[in-house]
Amino acid sequence: MGITSKKEFEKNDFPILESYEGGSIILTQLDALVNWARSNSVWPLTFGTRCCAIEFMAVGASRHDMARFGYEVARATPRQADMIIISGSINYKMAPVLRRLYDQIADPKYVIAMGACAVSGGPFYYNSYSIVKGADHVIPVDIYVPGCPPRPEALLYAFLQLQKKIKREKNFKNKIQK
Amino acid sequence: MAAIIEKIITTDEIKTDEYLVNIGPQHPSTHGVLRLLTKLEGEIVHNVEPHIGYIHSGIEKMTEALSYPQIVHLTDRMDYLSAHMNNEAVCLCVENALQVEVPERVKYIRTIFDELQRLASHQLWWCASGMDLGALTAFFYGLRDREDILDIFEETCGARLTLNYSVPGGVMFDIHPNFQKNVKAFITKFRKKLPEYDKLLTDNIIFQNRTKGIGILSKEDAIAYGVTGPSGRASGFSCDVRKHHPYSAYPYIKFDEKMGTEGDSFTRWKLRMDEMWESMNIIEQLIDNIPEGDFAVKMKGVIKLPEGEFYQRVETARGEFGVYIVSDGKKNPYRVKFRSPGFSNLFTINHIAKGWKIADLVAIMATFDLVIPDIDR
Repeated sequence: MGITSKKEFEKNDFPILESYEGGSIILTQLDALVNWARSNSVWPLTFGTRCCAIEFMAVGASRHDMARFGYEVARATPRQADMIIISGSINYKMAPVLRRLYDQIADPKYVIAMGACAVSGGPFYYNSYSIVKGADHVIPVDIYVPGCPPRPEALLYAFLQLQKKIKREKNFKNKIQK
Repeated sequence: MAAIIEKIITTDEIKTDEYLVNIGPQHPSTHGVLRLLTKLEGEIVHNVEPHIGYIHSGIEKMTEALSYPQIVHLTDRMDYLSAHMNNEAVCLCVENALQVEVPERVKYIRTIFDELQRLASHQLWWCASGMDLGALTAFFYGLRDREDILDIFEETCGARLTLNYSVPGGVMFDIHPNFQKNVKAFITKFRKKLPEYDKLLTDNIIFQNRTKGIGILSKEDAIAYGVTGPSGRASGFSCDVRKHHPYSAYPYIKFDEKMGTEGDSFTRWKLRMDEMWESMNIIEQLIDNIPEGDFAVKMKGVIKLPEGEFYQRVETARGEFGVYIVSDGKKNPYRVKFRSPGFSNLFTINHIAKGWKIADLVAIMATFDLVIPDIDR
């Protein structure tokens, strides 16, 4: 067998393929298997507020094509989605709605704050009476993408970063060790 | 069982109560965060009450603390699909107030950018409304061709969407050396692509059945509600600002104001398709004749408008956009009011959609080309 110690077992995120007579066996961690599946099928909610939503559409369309990373199925209802991309500013009237949308998404759920407005209030940080100064005042945010609006490549990079984050999650490890 | 069903179908005994359906604020067909409180009886729409304010950011109030060149950068966050026209409106208003004559080159560049932006906006409208009506292929076709225009923008001014290209006194940079070549290449390419759009949707019988004769807005109502842009012109209301109050390089060129008569969803659709052809004609007239010269006049470091009231209107992709500045002679305006086309266009929806089915409401909204931050500001 390839694994000799516990330390080495923890290091191995990737599956080990071993061939035997009559077939092969894949050895991996349950966490790694679940995270591999989860990170490659993150479905975003179709939620767009301002200009960033247009760039989000551009990412979904022909040239940039977020389907390459497993993000293609944009869902109109939060109950089927895994992730919110906050694309644009959130004001005090919209904040409770966003919170409700976030609460309706089933766990595990992720949030990308796209654009300066969602990160910090952006151009509306000073002098505006109605904009929430950063969407992280309303819901927890995983990835921040700066820009006004960010280029589609920046959003794709955020998708890859989110996948990395999902792959590091520990779902079962603690339960087994007990 | 069959007898019961037959009885149900043939008699009017079944009556449902009126009930309320909330469409939005998070709904894909509202193109943003608009909320429509819809009163329905069965599938028939009885009343539509638009609730706005979910993206209100107080731009008009914010401008009172900003200087004039700074205001320009807020305007393209309102109607982000007509970003350059919005910038231009503020710039023209400031220039007219100071009685600054911009070089001919600036006028030509601004007009070409206007029309490129109109093309990009109409392409996005085409693909988004196609998607609303259930044609997902439209989404991919439209955004594929739109990327070519965005590349041209990016080469010259570095931004794809919020251009910030116009400044009071001219434009921020000169055009890229490849600009003329790329625009001509794009137009040659897009002239071949645009008939594909018609083949895909306009000639489609399913699409025609969903839009023809539906959501009719009469000419009188269009004038009464202040509906401008392609939606107003589809009802026969001649309201093209480019024609009636020409600005920048529009007086130098020949173009038709496309008009419709019927005012239904299909006419509004067809009119925007025709406008795309017309935009390409306008660009072709200008692109080879850009005069040499400066791309901006030297303005003072701190721009102060004389005391008084100033108004400038431009034609964006959705209609007449107006900037009204009240100045008290300081470097900040006393009050700024933006007249956005989407606001007037949206509030006809109750009048038009009454009596039609809820699926027609989506088609009507799609053909009005709403941009919600433009309505809420």
